[in-house]
Order: sequence, then C-alpha cells, then structure tokens
Amino acid sequence: MQYRTRNMYLMPYAAWIALFVIAPIALIAYYSMFDIDGALTLANYRRFFTPVYLSMAVRSFWYAFLITMFSLLVAYPTAYLLTKTRHKQLWLVLIIMPSWMNLLLKAYAFIGMFGTYGPVNALLSAVGIGTRQILFTEFSFIFVAVYIFIPFMILPIFNALDELNPSLVAAARDLGASGWDTFRRVVFPLTISGVKSGCRAVFIPALSLFMITRLIAGNRVITLGTAIEQHFLVTQDWGMGSTIAVFLVIAMGLIMALTGSGEGGKQHAR
Amino acid sequence: MKKVMQAFIVVMAAAFALVGTSSYLNSSNGYSGADALTVYNWGDYIDPELVSKFERETGIRVVYETFDSNEAMLTKIAHGGTSFDIVIPSDYAINKMKAEGMLVPLDHSKIPNLKYIDSRFLDLPFDYGNEYSVPYFWGTMGIIYNPEIVEGRDFTSWSALWDEGLGGEILLVDSAREVIGIGLVSLGYSLNETDTGHLQEAHGKLCELAPNVKAIVGDEIKMLLANEEAAVGVVWSGDAAIIMDENDKLDYVIPSEGSMVWFDNIVIPTTARNVEGAHLFINFMLDPENAAQNTEYVAYSTPNAAALEYLPEEITGDARFYPGPDVTDNLEVLINLGKRMLGYYNELFLEFKMHRRRA
Amino acid sequence: MRGKVKKAGSEIESTRSQAPNSGKGPGAVAALYLVVVFIVLYAPILYLAYYSFNSGGSMHSFEGFTLEWYGEVFQDTRLVIILLNTLAIALFSAAISTVIGVAGAIAITHVKSRQFRGALLTLNNVLIVSPDVIIGASFLILFAAMGLKLGFASVLISHVAFSVPIVVLMVLPKLQEMSPTLIYVARDLGATRWDVLSKVIVPYIAPGIFAGFFMALTYSLDDFAVTFFVTGNGFSTLSVEIYSRARQGITLTINALSTLIFLVTLVLAIGYYALNARTNRIDGAGGAGRAGRAGGLGRVEASES
Repeated sequence: MQYRTRNMYLMPYAAWIALFVIAPIALIAYYSMFDIDGALTLANYRRFFTPVYLSMAVRSFWYAFLITMFSLLVAYPTAYLLTKTRHKQLWLVLIIMPSWMNLLLKAYAFIGMFGTYGPVNALLSAVGIGTRQILFTEFSFIFVAVYIFIPFMILPIFNALDELNPSLVAAARDLGASGWDTFRRVVFPLTISGVKSGCRAVFIPALSLFMITRLIAGNRVITLGTAIEQHFLVTQDWGMGSTIAVFLVIAMGLIMALTGSGEGGKQHAR
Repeated sequence: MKKVMQAFIVVMAAAFALVGTSSYLNSSNGYSGADALTVYNWGDYIDPELVSKFERETGIRVVYETFDSNEAMLTKIAHGGTSFDIVIPSDYAINKMKAEGMLVPLDHSKIPNLKYIDSRFLDLPFDYGNEYSVPYFWGTMGIIYNPEIVEGRDFTSWSALWDEGLGGEILLVDSAREVIGIGLVSLGYSLNETDTGHLQEAHGKLCELAPNVKAIVGDEIKMLLANEEAAVGVVWSGDAAIIMDENDKLDYVIPSEGSMVWFDNIVIPTTARNVEGAHLFINFMLDPENAAQNTEYVAYSTPNAAALEYLPEEITGDARFYPGPDVTDNLEVLINLGKRMLGYYNELFLEFKMHRRRA
Repeated sequence: MRGKVKKAGSEIESTRSQAPNSGKGPGAVAALYLVVVFIVLYAPILYLAYYSFNSGGSMHSFEGFTLEWYGEVFQDTRLVIILLNTLAIALFSAAISTVIGVAGAIAITHVKSRQFRGALLTLNNVLIVSPDVIIGASFLILFAAMGLKLGFASVLISHVAFSVPIVVLMVLPKLQEMSPTLIYVARDLGATRWDVLSKVIVPYIAPGIFAGFFMALTYSLDDFAVTFFVTGNGFSTLSVEIYSRARQGITLTINALSTLIFLVTLVLAIGYYALNARTNRIDGAGGAGRAGRAGGLGRVEASES
C-alpha cells in the first residue's frame, strides 16, 4: 500500500526529471565531447585546465563567495526584524516583489543611479565626499548581485526564524543570558538550516552569473557564466560551453553533498 | 484544502481570461486567416504604421517577432520549429546562413523596386549579385566623442585613441571582431585578417590601449555615452545617431585609415511558408516613400537612393551618416571567417579583457 | 512608497512595546535598518517610475512632466497582447508547476533509500544552477526532436519545467516537519488516501505551497533566455520584447508599462492580504495567507536517523 502511494506521487515528478533534467544533462555531456569542427575529442576538458579558464573559475568562486557572504550579512538582520513586524507576511511579499520587475530594466536603472551624474553621486558630493567612480567597479558588481539575490536569502531565514519557538528565547533571557548570548547560543543554531539553504540558493546561481558582469561591471569581472554565454551564442563553440557547464553541475553536486552532510552530522549530535 | 483549491481555481480562471482577451485582441487587430507573414526582426526596428499599411494593401496579416542578436537568431532558425518568412540579419550572418543553406534565392522579377537601391550597396562580398539578400539599413563604425572634454582632439585617426590624456575615457562594444578590428585597422591590416601573426600584433597593440578603456559594454553604450559617463566611444553609426539625438554635444567621425561598414538585410529563410508574400513585403519595403518613412522612424541610414528625395535635407546632407564615395570606398565589410577563426578572435578578445583587469 | 516604509518602522516599535520579552534592543535603529533595506530595494523601481513621466524621452535629464508614455502603452496593441500572454504564462506555469512540485516533494519524502533521496534532490537542483542559455538551447533541441511546434505550448512547458524545482524546495521542509503519526492516525481512523491528502497533508503544507507558487511566479516573470529559445509563431513575452528592443534603445513606454504592472501587483498583494487577514480573523485560522517557509534541502538529510 505504502509502495503504491509513493509510486503515484513519484510519477509526474519522475517524468519531469527524466525529460527536463536528465535529457539536458545527457545532451550537455554529449556536446562537451565535440570540438568546434564537430570531431570527437577530449580537448575541451584539456582546455578547461589552462590558466585562462582556471583563473576564471577561481574568480567565479571568489565572487560567488563574496556575494553569498554579503547577502547573508544583510538578509539575516532583515529577516529577523521582519518577523518582529505586525504584518510580517505582507512585508515579506513586499520584499519579493521588486524581483518581479524585468532585470534588464533594473540594471539600466542602476546604471543611471550609479553614473557620474546620477543621484548617488549627487548625494555623495552633497555630503562632502565628492564624486566617485561607482559604475564598472567590483563594488557595484557585488552590490547589484546582492540586490538580485537577497530575496532568496531572506525567505528561508525568515521562515526558520518564524518557526522558532519564542519561549526558548524567553527562557534563555530568564536564565540571565545577554542578548548577544541568546542570539549566539539559541537563535542562530536553531536557524542554521535556513541560513544553509539560503546560502545554497544564492551561491549556486551566483557561480553562473553573466549579464550584469557586462552591464554593471563593464566586463571588468569575467565569470564562468560569461564564458558559457559567449561560447553558446557568439563563437558557437557549444562543445567548450558545455564543458564549462559540466564543471558547474559537478561543482553544484559537491556543494550539495558537502553542506548537506555537514548539517546532518550536527543534527545527529544534538 | 478548500483555500488551496480556491486559490488554484482563481489563478486558472484568471489565466484563461487573459489568454481569451489576448487572442481576441490578436484576431480583432489583424486579418486572421491562413495568409499570414511572419517577420523576424530586431525589436522596434520597423515603423509599425508601415506594417499596418502593408496589411491593408495586401490583405496579408503580419506576425512580428523579435530577436536581440544575430547569433541567437541563427541558433533559433537552425534548430527548427520556426516558420519565419522574413528575417533581417546583419552581413556576416548572411554569409553563415548562405553557407548552411538556410536561405531561399530571391526572385528579382518580383522585386522591381530593387532598382532604387544605391549601386554602392549592391553586389557586396557577403552576397554577390544580391542572390539572397536586399539591404535594409547600413552604417559605419566610428568614434563618437565629447568635444568639450577631449579638448581639440578630432579623432580623424584611430591612433588618437591611444593618446595618454584619455586615461579611462573610452567605451568599447563587447564584440570580438569590432574590438580586434580597431587594433588591425590602426596597424594598416584588413578587418578580415586571418594571419595569426598579424592578429597577435593587433592584440598586443590593443593591450596598450587598456589603460584608456573604461568599460566594454553592449547596447547600453548608447545610454552611457548620452549620459556623458565617458568622453569617447567606438560605436556603430546607427547607435551614434541615436546618442546624438539625445545629447547634441557629441560628434561622430569615421577615421581616415578606413573602417567597417555594416548592413542589415532582408532575406527569406528556408523555413518560409509564404515565399510569395515575402517577396511582396520586400518590394513594399523598398518603395522609396515607404523606405523614407521607415528611415525617419528607425533613424539609421537608408541604402535606398530614391528615398533620399523624400527625406529632409538635414538628414541626407549629413556626411557623417551619408558619406560620399570617397569615404565608402575606404570601408570594409566583415566577412564570415569560419568558426575556427571566429573562435581565435574571441580567444584574443577574452585575453584582452583579462589583461585589462590586471592593468 | 516612502510613507509605506516609514509605516514598517513604526510597526516594529509598536510590536516592541507590546512585547517587552522580545529584547530591549534599540528599536529606532532596527526600524531605520528596515527602512534603509526597503529604500534600497525599491530605489531602482522608483527611478524607473520617475523617468516614465519624463517628457524628455530618456532616462537622462528630467525635462518636464508628461503622461504621453502611458498613453502609448495603451495604443500599442502588440505590447498589450504580449503583456497578457506574459501574465497568462506566469499564472498557468506557476499553478501547474506547483501541482507537480508538491507531488514531487511528497514523493521524495516517501522514498526510503537515503542515496536515492539524495540523488533525486541533486537532480532537482540541476536546473537551478544551469545557466539559462544552456537550459534554453537544450530545451529547443528537445522540442525540435519531439516535433513540438514552438509557441504558447512550448513556452508554457518550459516555464513549468524550470519552476518545478523551486516549488519542491519550498514545500519539502514543511513535509519534513510534519509528524508521520498524523498520517497513520488518520489512516487508522479509516480515512482514504484522498482524504489523507486533502484533509491532512495539504492543509498542513499550505504555507509552503503558497511560497512555492510565488517563487514560480517570480521565475516565470523574470525569464528571458529560456523563453527566447523556445518561443515562436508570433508568441512573445515581455522580457523577450524588452531585450530585443535594447539595440534601438529602450523607450520610456517600457518604463511606463513596468510601472503600471508594478502598481497593479502592489495593489493586488495588499488587497489580497487585507482580505485574507479579515477572513482569517472571522474563522480564527491564522495560517493560510502566510507566504510559508523555505527551510531548504538540508532538512531532508537532517530528518534521517
């Protein structure tokens, strides 16, 4: 009986996985074996391990790490404070809503705002700091990336905090713990699952960011995502593009395995 | 469960209502029926009034679809599932489409208006004899600059870009052939160079340009230059016209060593179902009066000599956008150099970008 | 908008005064922090909206107030059709992917083998990591191989396909948290399988379902690259149209249209919330309007022992 129940639910989902996940992965793995002239080869993989692509990969990981870290630093307090508001569900939806606006338009708005004659620089010179070059810097790139990903970080953390039993916090305070101790010893450990899934939801797609590397960073930042885009659309070298994609999928699997088991261990210990 | 079901039903009902309204608008807006013509073009690259006029005159309903790059368009058509009757690709893309047998030869007897096209813009390397394509708009690549900031430099030579006083003032377009091309043309080589030694030399020359480059960007270059984010940009003339329309302080020049000339062209892909209607459409767009109206809307340069008479003098008399034969003879069309060579150009370009970062 | 944001701040302070237990941290600083976050989140949108009234025609210098661009939105039937299509696709795909995603999440919790479950989850996430260009191109090849005509159906199928994983991620934690004894008890009391699903499971995971639906909506409205590859035969969505207009320069009509869409969604969200809050107060059930929780994948492993 149990078995049949599972089967019934599994069917549409399994069909989806077979068609739209396994088939594309197989396709990508297949394409990665062909060079630009359509000959069967492993040259693409050799090419990936040349300094150009390796340094690009290292940089992509570094930027994804920075983006995730800053997202977390901004999102945690935001989520925490949101759970304290009266209409918290409404505020949560209002946090998500800006992401429904077209990304290209928002990027254009950032170009205007960060520009030499834009409102941000006007503000900076009004307070006496003076005009700065903001566009086309690593700062603006990370800022906009964090802007894009922040809802994906806030949502899981908000839910973890919302689930938190308030009497635990009250008990800790009654036992004389300071605000910081309560946070460090009670609140944060209990919401670590939300933090982890937020980090995954940000780090993984941040690895393959493109678009804003050109729009906001003026190609001063080059990531694996940019390279894939380039190979698929400009050089039409699908083989090399697929090879990079294969590495991204492997990296994702590793990240899942690492963060997943780490948490499992911790939960068992508790 | 009740709440979830309710929400589900409301959402589905709303979606069906939207589809209903949209298909109602679709059918009330045109001549529904089998006699449709699907046009695949860049966004906002035709005067919509001309489309309506064509529909009224011929009774053919026009379905309009858009793409944002030649490469994306090519991928789309190559993999099937589409039925475009008219496509408007750029020159080098026509090379590729021809090589891969993606184009239907044009029947010139059905396009009498071809005679209005300026002979300078016919019979070009990407399609000798205009067997497959008819020019739609054309332009050059050149330098747009802000005279107030660059103080006396006039950029009549590409070498002016390397000037030490221009640190971090130049914007380039994110396209390998164009940027490597700047290096090539400044060294006196062809824009279609295939000699790797010459290409390496051009790459080396470009790396010296790196300190002057502020950013390498895409279509947003228009917005950036109009906002005076940078003093100098290497752009296509079509973009220059749009930028100068927004900010009249700027000026555009085609350097004397020569440059690139580009064409967007009308073609009929082999996916076409209505080849007859496609010919009607091409002939309609080449009509001098229609071409003039379209030129006023799009603001690029028209290759239609007869259309110039319908356009105001301040447009057609502007030598920056309608240069004479003395300039056009010195221009080169980009030729498709094959995947491998394009890959090599892109690899050099990527190295240039990475070099820039270290600089 | 700013007025709204200020209200958020004052609400914090009022809740604080009601609940002294929630800590004596500086309420004003907290309020200020939230206000700043909201200002930053909404700044680009306000910027776009501001220039949609610019008679100067560009997002550069504001010359004078005009409603011209709003007028043009309604005159451009093609744009209106595209907008309706975009919304229809978003609603359909979000609803359908929610159904498949919920089934998938239930299926995953039923799987006993730890390895198999882990494998399913990794596969689930592949589409979230893959760059859009690859997804789009591979879907195009897939549809071409299947002989599917490109258009409404192919776009809808693709949107459903890339929205399913996020729904699973949103629903799964809720299911993990649900006590299995609840189901056994229901079964022992003679409930059919359908009863268990409709009266026990779905009501419990409803917040996760709503969260999944909203994220799917976000994915669908945001997508450009995948839609571009799989659309055809005159069908288009707003993102595809906006990107393809970039070469000619995006006009303020697009700003005006986006501002309108944003205002409508804002009103709908607040209206829905107000309505829901009222009905909830009447029947006393608090949870259904909640956006739900997204505890994430870690939960699956965590619950294993």
